[in-house]
Amino acid sequence: MTVKLLYFAALREQLGIAHEALALPPDIDTVAGLRAHLIERGGAWQSALAGTRALRVAVNQDMAQPTTPVKAGDEIAFFPPVTGG
Amino acid sequence: MTVRVQTEDFDAGAEIAAIRRGNPKIGAVAAFVGLVRDVNDGDAVHSMVLEHYPGMTETALDKIVAEAKERFKVYDALIIHRVGELRPTDQIVLAVASGAHRGEVFAACEFIVDYLKTRAPFWKKESTQDGTRWVEARETDDQAAARWEK
Repeated sequence: MTVKLLYFAALREQLGIAHEALALPPDIDTVAGLRAHLIERGGAWQSALAGTRALRVAVNQDMAQPTTPVKAGDEIAFFPPVTGG
Repeated sequence: MTVRVQTEDFDAGAEIAAIRRGNPKIGAVAAFVGLVRDVNDGDAVHSMVLEHYPGMTETALDKIVAEAKERFKVYDALIIHRVGELRPTDQIVLAVASGAHRGEVFAACEFIVDYLKTRAPFWKKESTQDGTRWVEARETDDQAAARWEK
């Protein structure tokens, strides 16, 4: 079960990575679970993703909530609040 | 209904002419142009780079335009948003709405820009004399978008 992860803007710079393919452990099935899984990597992942930091997540290019399901083949993007316009 | 994400500049007059061409029912067109300022948070801004999420950006803008057409009595709406490197006085974004009367097109145009600023995946990185920095999202933008919550 593999998902495609994307990171944008300040988050991409903090993590030093723009995208990756991740084999998702079977017990992870929500955005919140995935975020917790990434935080377990420690270091920059913990400081960039942990706590109450304002982060947005999109699943298959649609804005998601912590409870949004994730499944094999999904494209999941993490990014800071947007600042266009 | 048109949405474009591009590095090139745009001609607001030509876009307005195109949106109203051939439709004698249009009595009003409202347009908003967002520009790069030379100052932000008290610091001089030399340039900025606009990053986006290709694919989701277009989808998000399409949804905003579709929702504007649902909520307001408009015939057509348009968003053009630039990405890449921009400098003070450069145009960033154009939003246009056409309809029969001014009230609905003013509202639709404002709705489009308020939603775009909080829902479309763009990020600005400014260059100042102290280096580069990511622009922080503003709470006032969230408040502006919240006005439209049903």
